[in-house]
Amino acid sequence: MSLWQYANPVKFLALSERVQPVLWALAAVFVSVGLLWGFFGTPDDARQGSTVKIIYLHVPAALMAINAWFMMLVASLIWLIRRHHVSALAAKAAAPVGLVMTLIALVTGAIWGQPMWGTWWAWDPRLTSFLILFLFYLGYIALWQAVEDPDTAADLTSVLCLVGSVFAVLSRYAVQFWNQGLHQGTSIPVATGNRSVADVFFYPLVLAMIGFGLLFLALVVYRTGTEIRLRRTAALRARMNRGA
Amino acid sequence: MKALLLRDLRLALRAGGGFGLGLAFFLTVTMLVPFSVGPEATLLKAIAPGVLWLGALLACLLSLDRLLALDLEDGSLELLLTAPLPLEGALAIKALAHWLTTGLPLVLAAPFLGVMLQLAAPGHLWLLASLALGTPALSVIGMFGAALTVGIKRGGLLLSLLVLPLYIPTLIFGAEVARRGSAGLDASTPLLMLAGLTLAVVALMPFAAAAVLRMGLR
Amino acid sequence: MPELGKYAAEVLSAYGVSLLLLAALVGLTLLRGRAARRALEEVEAEAGRRG
Repeated sequence: MSLWQYANPVKFLALSERVQPVLWALAAVFVSVGLLWGFFGTPDDARQGSTVKIIYLHVPAALMAINAWFMMLVASLIWLIRRHHVSALAAKAAAPVGLVMTLIALVTGAIWGQPMWGTWWAWDPRLTSFLILFLFYLGYIALWQAVEDPDTAADLTSVLCLVGSVFAVLSRYAVQFWNQGLHQGTSIPVATGNRSVADVFFYPLVLAMIGFGLLFLALVVYRTGTEIRLRRTAALRARMNRGA
Repeated sequence: MKALLLRDLRLALRAGGGFGLGLAFFLTVTMLVPFSVGPEATLLKAIAPGVLWLGALLACLLSLDRLLALDLEDGSLELLLTAPLPLEGALAIKALAHWLTTGLPLVLAAPFLGVMLQLAAPGHLWLLASLALGTPALSVIGMFGAALTVGIKRGGLLLSLLVLPLYIPTLIFGAEVARRGSAGLDASTPLLMLAGLTLAVVALMPFAAAAVLRMGLR
Repeated sequence: MPELGKYAAEVLSAYGVSLLLLAALVGLTLLRGRAARRALEEVEAEAGRRG
Protein backbone atom coordinates (compact mmCIF):
# COMPACT_ATOMS: atom_id res chain seq x y z
CA MET A 1 0.00 0.00 0.00
CA SER A 2 1.47 3.33 -0.98
CA LEU A 3 1.77 6.06 1.56
CA TRP A 4 -0.89 8.44 0.38
CA GLN A 5 -3.56 5.75 0.23
CA TYR A 6 -2.92 5.09 3.88
CA ALA A 7 -2.49 8.72 4.82
CA ASN A 8 -5.63 10.02 3.23
CA PRO A 9 -8.16 8.28 5.48
CA VAL A 10 -6.10 9.38 8.47
CA LYS A 11 -6.02 12.95 7.23
CA PHE A 12 -9.73 12.74 6.54
CA LEU A 13 -10.42 11.57 10.09
CA ALA A 14 -8.30 14.39 11.54
CA LEU A 15 -10.05 16.97 9.39
CA SER A 16 -13.48 15.58 10.15
CA GLU A 17 -12.82 15.74 13.91
CA ARG A 18 -12.08 19.45 13.51
CA VAL A 19 -14.95 20.48 11.25
CA GLN A 20 -17.65 18.27 12.75
CA PRO A 21 -18.58 20.37 15.81
CA VAL A 22 -19.00 23.41 13.55
CA LEU A 23 -21.01 21.44 10.97
CA TRP A 24 -23.38 19.91 13.51
CA ALA A 25 -23.88 23.24 15.27
CA LEU A 26 -24.59 25.12 12.04
CA ALA A 27 -26.91 22.36 10.83
CA ALA A 28 -28.84 22.41 14.12
CA VAL A 29 -29.15 26.21 14.04
CA PHE A 30 -30.29 26.43 10.42
CA VAL A 31 -32.71 23.51 10.60
CA SER A 32 -34.31 24.64 13.85
CA VAL A 33 -34.51 28.32 12.90
CA GLY A 34 -35.89 27.49 9.46
CA LEU A 35 -38.46 25.02 10.77
CA LEU A 36 -39.46 27.08 13.83
CA TRP A 37 -39.78 30.26 11.78
CA GLY A 38 -41.74 28.36 9.18
CA PHE A 39 -43.99 26.69 11.73
CA PHE A 40 -44.63 29.61 14.09
CA GLY A 41 -43.74 32.72 12.11
CA THR A 42 -45.46 32.42 8.75
CA PRO A 43 -49.11 33.10 7.86
CA ASP A 44 -51.43 30.56 6.28
CA ASP A 45 -51.71 30.46 2.54
CA ALA A 46 -54.93 31.86 1.08
CA ARG A 47 -55.81 28.62 -0.70
CA GLN A 48 -53.83 25.94 1.08
CA GLY A 49 -54.45 27.08 4.65
CA SER A 50 -51.97 25.87 7.21
CA THR A 51 -50.84 22.93 5.06
CA VAL A 52 -48.40 25.31 3.39
CA LYS A 53 -46.21 24.83 6.48
CA ILE A 54 -45.36 21.35 5.21
CA ILE A 55 -43.27 23.00 2.49
CA TYR A 56 -40.43 23.62 4.97
CA LEU A 57 -39.95 19.86 5.27
CA HIS A 58 -41.08 18.68 1.86
CA VAL A 59 -38.96 20.87 -0.41
CA PRO A 60 -35.63 20.66 1.50
CA ALA A 61 -35.99 16.88 1.85
CA ALA A 62 -36.77 16.47 -1.85
CA LEU A 63 -33.83 18.70 -2.74
CA MET A 64 -31.44 16.66 -0.63
CA ALA A 65 -32.88 13.38 -1.90
CA ILE A 66 -31.70 14.30 -5.40
CA ASN A 67 -28.48 16.01 -4.33
CA ALA A 68 -27.48 13.01 -2.24
CA TRP A 69 -27.67 10.77 -5.31
CA PHE A 70 -25.70 13.36 -7.27
CA MET A 71 -23.04 13.42 -4.57
CA MET A 72 -22.89 9.61 -4.67
CA LEU A 73 -22.45 9.76 -8.44
CA VAL A 74 -19.50 12.17 -8.13
CA ALA A 75 -17.96 10.12 -5.32
CA SER A 76 -18.38 6.91 -7.38
CA LEU A 77 -16.64 8.53 -10.35
CA ILE A 78 -13.76 9.65 -8.13
CA TRP A 79 -13.44 6.12 -6.79
CA LEU A 80 -13.47 4.56 -10.26
CA ILE A 81 -10.90 7.02 -11.63
CA ARG A 82 -8.64 7.80 -8.66
CA ARG A 83 -9.17 4.67 -6.49
CA HIS A 84 -9.62 6.94 -3.49
CA HIS A 85 -11.00 4.80 -0.65
CA VAL A 86 -12.54 7.68 1.28
CA SER A 87 -14.56 8.55 -1.80
CA ALA A 88 -16.10 5.09 -2.10
CA LEU A 89 -16.91 5.05 1.60
CA ALA A 90 -18.46 8.52 1.39
CA ALA A 91 -20.80 7.28 -1.32
CA LYS A 92 -21.71 4.31 0.87
CA ALA A 93 -22.26 6.63 3.84
CA ALA A 94 -24.51 8.97 1.88
CA ALA A 95 -26.94 6.36 0.54
CA PRO A 96 -29.01 5.74 3.69
CA VAL A 97 -29.22 9.50 4.29
CA GLY A 98 -30.54 9.98 0.77
CA LEU A 99 -32.99 7.12 1.33
CA VAL A 100 -34.41 8.78 4.44
CA MET A 101 -34.64 12.15 2.67
CA THR A 102 -36.57 10.50 -0.17
CA LEU A 103 -38.86 8.84 2.34
CA ILE A 104 -39.51 12.18 4.10
CA ALA A 105 -40.28 13.85 0.78
CA LEU A 106 -42.69 11.02 -0.13
CA VAL A 107 -44.43 10.91 3.24
CA THR A 108 -44.83 14.67 3.66
CA GLY A 109 -45.99 14.82 0.05
CA ALA A 110 -48.66 12.20 0.72
CA ILE A 111 -49.83 13.97 3.87
CA TRP A 112 -49.93 17.27 1.97
CA GLY A 113 -51.59 15.75 -1.06
CA GLN A 114 -54.47 14.29 0.90
CA PRO A 115 -56.21 17.60 1.77
CA MET A 116 -55.05 19.49 -1.36
CA TRP A 117 -55.63 16.97 -4.13
CA GLY A 118 -58.07 14.76 -2.22
CA THR A 119 -55.77 11.75 -2.45
CA TRP A 120 -52.73 10.39 -0.63
CA TRP A 121 -51.09 9.22 -3.76
CA ALA A 122 -51.40 9.94 -7.45
CA TRP A 123 -49.36 8.44 -10.29
CA ASP A 124 -48.03 11.85 -11.04
CA PRO A 125 -44.62 12.15 -12.77
CA ARG A 126 -42.91 13.79 -9.81
CA LEU A 127 -44.27 11.40 -7.24
CA THR A 128 -43.51 8.42 -9.43
CA SER A 129 -39.98 9.66 -10.10
CA PHE A 130 -39.35 9.88 -6.38
CA LEU A 131 -40.66 6.40 -5.85
CA ILE A 132 -38.26 5.19 -8.54
CA LEU A 133 -35.43 7.08 -6.84
CA PHE A 134 -36.37 5.33 -3.61
CA LEU A 135 -36.05 1.95 -5.36
CA PHE A 136 -32.63 2.92 -6.74
CA TYR A 137 -31.44 3.79 -3.24
CA LEU A 138 -32.72 0.44 -1.93
CA GLY A 139 -30.95 -1.50 -4.68
CA TYR A 140 -27.72 0.42 -4.17
CA ILE A 141 -27.70 -0.20 -0.41
CA ALA A 142 -28.63 -3.86 -0.87
CA LEU A 143 -25.74 -4.37 -3.29
CA TRP A 144 -23.28 -2.84 -0.81
CA GLN A 145 -24.49 -5.26 1.82
CA ALA A 146 -24.45 -8.30 -0.43
CA VAL A 147 -20.86 -8.14 -1.67
CA GLU A 148 -18.30 -9.33 0.86
CA ASP A 149 -15.02 -7.99 -0.49
CA PRO A 150 -15.03 -4.23 0.26
CA ASP A 151 -13.14 -3.12 -2.86
CA THR A 152 -15.29 -5.25 -5.16
CA ALA A 153 -18.38 -3.87 -3.44
CA ALA A 154 -17.12 -0.34 -4.03
CA ASP A 155 -16.48 -1.12 -7.72
CA LEU A 156 -19.83 -2.75 -8.35
CA THR A 157 -21.88 -0.15 -6.50
CA SER A 158 -20.02 2.64 -8.30
CA VAL A 159 -20.95 1.23 -11.70
CA LEU A 160 -24.50 0.63 -10.50
CA CYS A 161 -24.65 4.28 -9.40
CA LEU A 162 -23.45 5.42 -12.83
CA VAL A 163 -25.81 3.18 -14.81
CA GLY A 164 -28.60 3.88 -12.34
CA SER A 165 -28.17 7.62 -12.84
CA VAL A 166 -28.62 7.28 -16.59
CA PHE A 167 -31.70 5.11 -16.10
CA ALA A 168 -33.09 7.43 -13.42
CA VAL A 169 -32.94 10.35 -15.87
CA LEU A 170 -34.46 8.16 -18.60
CA SER A 171 -37.23 7.09 -16.25
CA ARG A 172 -37.91 10.71 -15.36
CA TYR A 173 -38.55 11.58 -19.01
CA ALA A 174 -40.40 8.36 -19.69
CA VAL A 175 -42.66 9.01 -16.73
CA GLN A 176 -43.33 12.55 -17.89
CA PHE A 177 -44.26 11.18 -21.29
CA TRP A 178 -46.52 8.61 -19.67
CA ASN A 179 -48.60 10.91 -17.52
CA GLN A 180 -49.01 14.63 -17.04
CA GLY A 181 -49.43 15.36 -13.40
CA LEU A 182 -51.11 17.17 -10.58
CA HIS A 183 -47.91 18.40 -9.01
CA GLN A 184 -47.04 22.05 -9.42
CA GLY A 185 -43.80 23.07 -11.10
CA THR A 186 -40.58 23.94 -9.34
CA SER A 187 -41.19 26.48 -6.58
CA ILE A 188 -37.84 28.19 -6.98
CA PRO A 189 -36.60 27.96 -10.58
CA VAL A 190 -33.00 29.12 -10.30
CA ALA A 191 -32.54 29.77 -14.00
CA THR A 192 -35.39 32.21 -14.53
CA GLY A 193 -35.41 33.75 -11.08
CA ASN A 194 -39.22 34.05 -11.07
CA ARG A 195 -40.04 32.16 -7.94
CA SER A 196 -43.64 31.32 -7.29
CA VAL A 197 -43.26 31.47 -3.51
CA ALA A 198 -44.00 34.75 -1.69
CA ASP A 199 -41.22 36.31 0.41
CA VAL A 200 -42.84 35.44 3.77
CA PHE A 201 -42.61 31.76 2.89
CA PHE A 202 -39.39 32.06 0.96
CA TYR A 203 -36.93 33.13 3.67
CA PRO A 204 -37.64 30.38 6.20
CA LEU A 205 -37.70 27.92 3.31
CA VAL A 206 -34.21 28.95 2.23
CA LEU A 207 -32.98 28.60 5.82
CA ALA A 208 -34.49 25.12 6.04
CA MET A 209 -32.91 24.15 2.71
CA ILE A 210 -29.48 25.32 3.86
CA GLY A 211 -30.08 23.53 7.15
CA PHE A 212 -30.96 20.22 5.46
CA GLY A 213 -27.88 20.59 3.28
CA LEU A 214 -25.66 21.14 6.32
CA LEU A 215 -27.31 18.26 8.15
CA PHE A 216 -26.65 16.01 5.16
CA LEU A 217 -23.01 17.12 5.10
CA ALA A 218 -22.56 16.56 8.84
CA LEU A 219 -24.15 13.11 8.64
CA VAL A 220 -22.07 12.07 5.64
CA VAL A 221 -18.80 13.27 7.19
CA TYR A 222 -19.59 11.45 10.42
CA ARG A 223 -20.74 8.27 8.69
CA THR A 224 -17.71 8.24 6.41
CA GLY A 225 -15.54 8.37 9.53
CA THR A 226 -17.49 5.42 10.89
CA GLU A 227 -16.96 3.45 7.69
CA ILE A 228 -13.22 4.20 7.75
CA ARG A 229 -12.98 2.98 11.33
CA LEU A 230 -14.93 -0.19 10.56
CA ARG A 231 -12.73 -0.89 7.56
CA ARG A 232 -9.58 -0.31 9.62
CA THR A 233 -10.86 -2.53 12.42
CA ALA A 234 -11.52 -5.34 9.97
CA ALA A 235 -8.07 -4.90 8.40
CA LEU A 236 -6.32 -5.01 11.79
CA ARG A 237 -8.33 -8.07 12.85
CA ALA A 238 -7.41 -9.86 9.65
CA ARG A 239 -3.73 -9.01 10.10
CA MET A 240 -3.72 -10.27 13.70
CA ASN A 241 -5.46 -13.49 12.72
CA ARG A 242 -2.86 -14.08 10.05
CA GLY A 243 -0.12 -13.40 12.55
CA ALA A 244 -1.60 -15.69 15.21
CA MET B 1 -18.70 -15.98 -31.62
CA LYS B 2 -20.94 -18.17 -33.69
CA ALA B 3 -19.78 -21.18 -31.73
CA LEU B 4 -20.65 -19.42 -28.47
CA LEU B 5 -24.10 -18.53 -29.77
CA LEU B 6 -24.74 -22.09 -30.90
CA ARG B 7 -23.47 -23.49 -27.61
CA ASP B 8 -25.75 -21.23 -25.57
CA LEU B 9 -28.73 -22.04 -27.76
CA ARG B 10 -28.09 -25.78 -27.49
CA LEU B 11 -27.69 -25.60 -23.73
CA ALA B 12 -30.93 -23.67 -23.40
CA LEU B 13 -32.87 -26.04 -25.66
CA ARG B 14 -31.61 -29.18 -23.97
CA ALA B 15 -33.86 -30.71 -21.34
CA GLY B 16 -33.45 -28.83 -18.07
CA GLY B 17 -32.03 -25.86 -19.90
CA GLY B 18 -34.95 -23.69 -18.95
CA PHE B 19 -36.30 -23.18 -22.45
CA GLY B 20 -40.07 -23.02 -22.33
CA LEU B 21 -40.16 -22.30 -18.62
CA GLY B 22 -40.45 -18.58 -19.29
CA LEU B 23 -43.15 -19.26 -21.82
CA ALA B 24 -45.08 -21.44 -19.38
CA PHE B 25 -44.72 -18.74 -16.74
CA PHE B 26 -46.07 -16.14 -19.16
CA LEU B 27 -49.08 -18.32 -19.94
CA THR B 28 -49.75 -18.97 -16.25
CA VAL B 29 -49.57 -15.31 -15.26
CA THR B 30 -51.92 -14.39 -18.09
CA MET B 31 -54.33 -17.08 -16.94
CA LEU B 32 -54.20 -15.81 -13.35
CA VAL B 33 -55.18 -12.28 -14.35
CA PRO B 34 -58.88 -13.02 -15.04
CA PHE B 35 -58.98 -14.95 -11.77
CA SER B 36 -57.71 -11.94 -9.86
CA VAL B 37 -59.68 -9.14 -11.55
CA GLY B 38 -62.79 -10.97 -12.76
CA PRO B 39 -63.81 -12.29 -16.17
CA GLU B 40 -65.52 -9.13 -17.40
CA ALA B 41 -64.56 -8.61 -21.05
CA THR B 42 -64.46 -4.78 -21.06
CA LEU B 43 -62.11 -4.69 -18.09
CA LEU B 44 -59.85 -7.36 -19.57
CA LYS B 45 -59.81 -5.53 -22.89
CA ALA B 46 -58.68 -2.36 -21.14
CA ILE B 47 -55.86 -3.92 -19.15
CA ALA B 48 -54.71 -6.54 -21.69
CA PRO B 49 -51.77 -4.57 -23.22
CA GLY B 50 -50.36 -3.72 -19.81
CA VAL B 51 -50.84 -7.19 -18.41
CA LEU B 52 -49.15 -8.83 -21.37
CA TRP B 53 -46.20 -6.45 -21.18
CA LEU B 54 -45.82 -7.00 -17.46
CA GLY B 55 -46.10 -10.77 -17.88
CA ALA B 56 -43.44 -10.79 -20.59
CA LEU B 57 -41.18 -8.63 -18.45
CA LEU B 58 -41.53 -10.91 -15.43
CA ALA B 59 -41.00 -14.03 -17.52
CA CYS B 60 -37.81 -12.46 -18.84
CA LEU B 61 -36.69 -11.51 -15.33
CA LEU B 62 -37.28 -15.03 -14.12
CA SER B 63 -34.63 -16.50 -16.40
CA LEU B 64 -31.93 -13.92 -15.69
CA ASP B 65 -30.20 -15.59 -12.78
CA ARG B 66 -29.39 -18.60 -14.97
CA LEU B 67 -27.79 -16.30 -17.50
CA LEU B 68 -24.30 -16.35 -16.01
CA ALA B 69 -24.63 -18.46 -12.86
CA LEU B 70 -24.49 -21.78 -14.75
CA ASP B 71 -21.41 -20.64 -16.66
CA LEU B 72 -19.77 -19.67 -13.40
CA GLU B 73 -20.48 -23.10 -11.94
CA ASP B 74 -18.99 -25.11 -14.79
CA GLY B 75 -16.05 -22.75 -15.19
CA SER B 76 -16.77 -21.62 -18.73
CA LEU B 77 -17.13 -18.05 -17.51
CA GLU B 78 -13.45 -17.95 -16.57
CA LEU B 79 -12.59 -19.26 -20.01
CA LEU B 80 -14.57 -16.42 -21.51
CA LEU B 81 -12.71 -13.92 -19.33
CA THR B 82 -9.36 -15.13 -20.62
CA ALA B 83 -10.46 -15.89 -24.18
CA PRO B 84 -9.18 -13.78 -27.10
CA LEU B 85 -12.79 -12.82 -27.80
CA PRO B 86 -13.58 -9.46 -26.16
CA LEU B 87 -15.78 -10.02 -23.13
CA GLU B 88 -18.12 -7.27 -24.30
CA GLY B 89 -18.79 -9.22 -27.49
CA ALA B 90 -19.19 -12.50 -25.65
CA LEU B 91 -21.76 -11.01 -23.30
CA ALA B 92 -23.64 -9.41 -26.20
CA ILE B 93 -23.80 -12.83 -27.87
CA LYS B 94 -24.98 -14.44 -24.66
CA ALA B 95 -27.68 -11.77 -24.35
CA LEU B 96 -28.70 -12.50 -27.93
CA ALA B 97 -28.96 -16.21 -27.12
CA HIS B 98 -31.05 -15.34 -24.08
CA TRP B 99 -33.35 -13.24 -26.22
CA LEU B 100 -33.71 -15.95 -28.87
CA THR B 101 -34.66 -18.55 -26.27
CA THR B 102 -36.73 -16.36 -23.92
CA GLY B 103 -37.76 -13.07 -25.52
CA LEU B 104 -38.63 -14.30 -28.99
CA PRO B 105 -41.01 -17.08 -27.85
CA LEU B 106 -42.73 -14.54 -25.60
CA VAL B 107 -43.15 -12.16 -28.52
CA LEU B 108 -44.66 -14.87 -30.69
CA ALA B 109 -46.97 -16.14 -27.96
CA ALA B 110 -48.23 -12.72 -26.91
CA PRO B 111 -50.87 -12.24 -29.67
CA PHE B 112 -52.49 -15.58 -28.79
CA LEU B 113 -52.64 -14.64 -25.14
CA GLY B 114 -53.98 -11.28 -26.31
CA VAL B 115 -56.93 -13.09 -27.87
CA MET B 116 -57.63 -14.73 -24.53
CA LEU B 117 -57.59 -11.34 -22.83
CA GLN B 118 -59.99 -9.82 -25.40
CA LEU B 119 -57.32 -7.51 -26.78
CA ALA B 120 -58.86 -5.23 -29.42
CA ALA B 121 -58.09 -6.26 -33.02
CA PRO B 122 -55.69 -3.48 -34.13
CA GLY B 123 -53.76 -3.97 -30.90
CA HIS B 124 -52.23 -7.32 -31.85
CA LEU B 125 -49.87 -5.94 -34.41
CA TRP B 126 -48.78 -3.11 -32.10
CA LEU B 127 -48.30 -5.51 -29.23
CA LEU B 128 -46.18 -7.76 -31.41
CA ALA B 129 -44.13 -4.82 -32.67
CA SER B 130 -43.60 -3.31 -29.23
CA LEU B 131 -42.56 -6.62 -27.67
CA ALA B 132 -40.29 -7.44 -30.60
CA LEU B 133 -38.57 -4.08 -30.19
CA GLY B 134 -38.59 -4.00 -26.39
CA THR B 135 -37.61 -7.51 -25.27
CA PRO B 136 -34.02 -7.27 -26.62
CA ALA B 137 -33.54 -4.31 -24.26
CA LEU B 138 -34.82 -6.46 -21.40
CA SER B 139 -32.25 -9.14 -22.22
CA VAL B 140 -29.22 -6.82 -22.33
CA ILE B 141 -30.24 -4.85 -19.24
CA GLY B 142 -30.75 -8.19 -17.54
CA MET B 143 -27.27 -9.22 -18.63
CA PHE B 144 -25.91 -6.21 -16.75
CA GLY B 145 -27.87 -7.20 -13.65
CA ALA B 146 -26.70 -10.80 -13.91
CA ALA B 147 -23.08 -9.65 -14.24
CA LEU B 148 -23.47 -7.44 -11.16
CA THR B 149 -24.77 -10.24 -8.97
CA VAL B 150 -22.95 -13.25 -10.40
CA GLY B 151 -20.50 -13.55 -7.51
CA ILE B 152 -23.17 -13.29 -4.83
CA LYS B 153 -24.63 -16.32 -3.11
CA ARG B 154 -28.41 -16.39 -3.37
CA GLY B 155 -28.35 -13.26 -5.51
CA GLY B 156 -31.68 -13.98 -7.21
CA LEU B 157 -33.82 -11.63 -5.17
CA LEU B 158 -31.17 -8.92 -5.24
CA LEU B 159 -31.01 -9.31 -9.01
CA SER B 160 -34.74 -8.56 -9.26
CA LEU B 161 -34.41 -5.54 -6.99
CA LEU B 162 -31.57 -4.16 -9.11
CA VAL B 163 -32.98 -4.95 -12.55
CA LEU B 164 -36.65 -4.03 -12.14
CA PRO B 165 -36.04 -0.28 -11.69
CA LEU B 166 -33.85 -0.38 -14.80
CA TYR B 167 -36.74 -1.93 -16.74
CA ILE B 168 -39.03 1.02 -16.04
CA PRO B 169 -38.35 3.13 -19.17
CA THR B 170 -38.66 0.11 -21.48
CA LEU B 171 -41.89 -0.95 -19.84
CA ILE B 172 -43.36 2.55 -20.03
CA PHE B 173 -42.68 3.04 -23.73
CA GLY B 174 -43.47 -0.55 -24.69
CA ALA B 175 -46.76 -0.73 -22.85
CA GLU B 176 -47.66 2.74 -24.14
CA VAL B 177 -47.26 1.51 -27.74
CA ALA B 178 -49.49 -1.49 -27.06
CA ARG B 179 -52.04 0.61 -25.18
CA ARG B 180 -52.31 3.34 -27.81
CA GLY B 181 -52.32 0.77 -30.58
CA SER B 182 -55.18 -1.21 -29.10
CA ALA B 183 -57.13 2.00 -28.49
CA GLY B 184 -56.75 2.89 -32.17
CA LEU B 185 -54.56 5.91 -31.46
CA ASP B 186 -51.33 6.85 -33.20
CA ALA B 187 -48.56 4.92 -31.47
CA SER B 188 -45.62 5.95 -33.62
CA THR B 189 -44.07 8.34 -31.04
CA PRO B 190 -43.62 5.80 -28.21
CA LEU B 191 -42.61 3.19 -30.79
CA LEU B 192 -39.76 5.41 -31.96
CA MET B 193 -38.79 6.15 -28.36
CA LEU B 194 -38.78 2.43 -27.61
CA ALA B 195 -36.68 1.69 -30.68
CA GLY B 196 -34.19 4.39 -29.72
CA LEU B 197 -34.00 3.13 -26.17
CA THR B 198 -33.42 -0.45 -27.28
CA LEU B 199 -30.70 0.53 -29.75
CA ALA B 200 -28.89 2.64 -27.15
CA VAL B 201 -29.12 -0.06 -24.53
CA VAL B 202 -27.97 -2.81 -26.90
CA ALA B 203 -25.00 -0.66 -27.90
CA LEU B 204 -23.90 0.39 -24.41
CA MET B 205 -24.96 -2.18 -21.83
CA PRO B 206 -22.58 -4.98 -22.91
CA PHE B 207 -19.71 -2.65 -21.98
CA ALA B 208 -21.16 -1.97 -18.54
CA ALA B 209 -21.87 -5.68 -18.06
CA ALA B 210 -18.34 -6.68 -19.07
CA ALA B 211 -16.88 -4.03 -16.75
CA VAL B 212 -18.78 -5.24 -13.70
CA LEU B 213 -18.12 -8.88 -14.54
CA ARG B 214 -14.36 -8.24 -14.58
CA MET B 215 -14.64 -6.36 -11.29
CA GLY B 216 -16.78 -8.99 -9.65
CA LEU B 217 -14.64 -11.98 -10.60
CA ARG B 218 -11.26 -10.39 -10.02
CA MET C 1 -48.92 27.35 19.19
CA PRO C 2 -50.11 28.87 15.89
CA GLU C 3 -53.70 28.45 14.76
CA LEU C 4 -53.59 25.55 12.31
CA GLY C 5 -57.29 25.47 11.53
CA LYS C 6 -58.86 22.38 9.98
CA TYR C 7 -55.55 21.04 8.70
CA ALA C 8 -53.93 20.73 12.14
CA ALA C 9 -53.76 16.94 11.95
CA GLU C 10 -52.00 16.96 8.57
CA VAL C 11 -49.45 19.60 9.46
CA LEU C 12 -48.63 18.12 12.85
CA SER C 13 -48.35 14.58 11.54
CA ALA C 14 -46.07 15.74 8.69
CA TYR C 15 -43.77 17.44 11.17
CA GLY C 16 -44.00 14.52 13.59
CA VAL C 17 -43.14 11.85 11.04
CA SER C 18 -40.33 13.88 9.47
CA LEU C 19 -38.69 14.80 12.75
CA LEU C 20 -39.00 11.22 13.93
CA LEU C 21 -37.31 9.92 10.77
CA LEU C 22 -34.53 12.50 11.05
CA ALA C 23 -34.04 11.72 14.75
CA ALA C 24 -33.87 7.99 13.98
CA LEU C 25 -31.32 8.61 11.23
CA VAL C 26 -29.12 10.79 13.44
CA GLY C 27 -29.51 8.44 16.39
CA LEU C 28 -28.59 5.31 14.45
CA THR C 29 -25.67 7.13 12.83
CA LEU C 30 -24.30 8.17 16.22
CA LEU C 31 -24.83 4.73 17.78
CA ARG C 32 -23.06 3.00 14.91
CA GLY C 33 -20.26 5.57 15.00
CA ARG C 34 -19.68 5.06 18.73
CA ALA C 35 -19.60 1.28 18.32
CA ALA C 36 -17.11 1.56 15.45
CA ARG C 37 -14.91 3.90 17.51
CA ARG C 38 -14.92 1.48 20.46
CA ALA C 39 -14.18 -1.56 18.28
CA LEU C 40 -11.25 0.21 16.63
CA GLU C 41 -9.81 1.27 19.99
CA GLU C 42 -10.05 -2.29 21.30
CA VAL C 43 -8.33 -3.76 18.27
CA GLU C 44 -5.65 -1.10 18.27
CA ALA C 45 -4.97 -1.71 21.97
CA GLU C 46 -4.72 -5.43 21.33
CA ALA C 47 -2.45 -4.92 18.36
CA GLY C 48 -0.32 -2.60 20.50
CA ARG C 49 0.00 -5.26 23.26
CA ARG C 50 1.09 -7.85 20.77
CA GLY C 51 3.58 -5.37 19.37
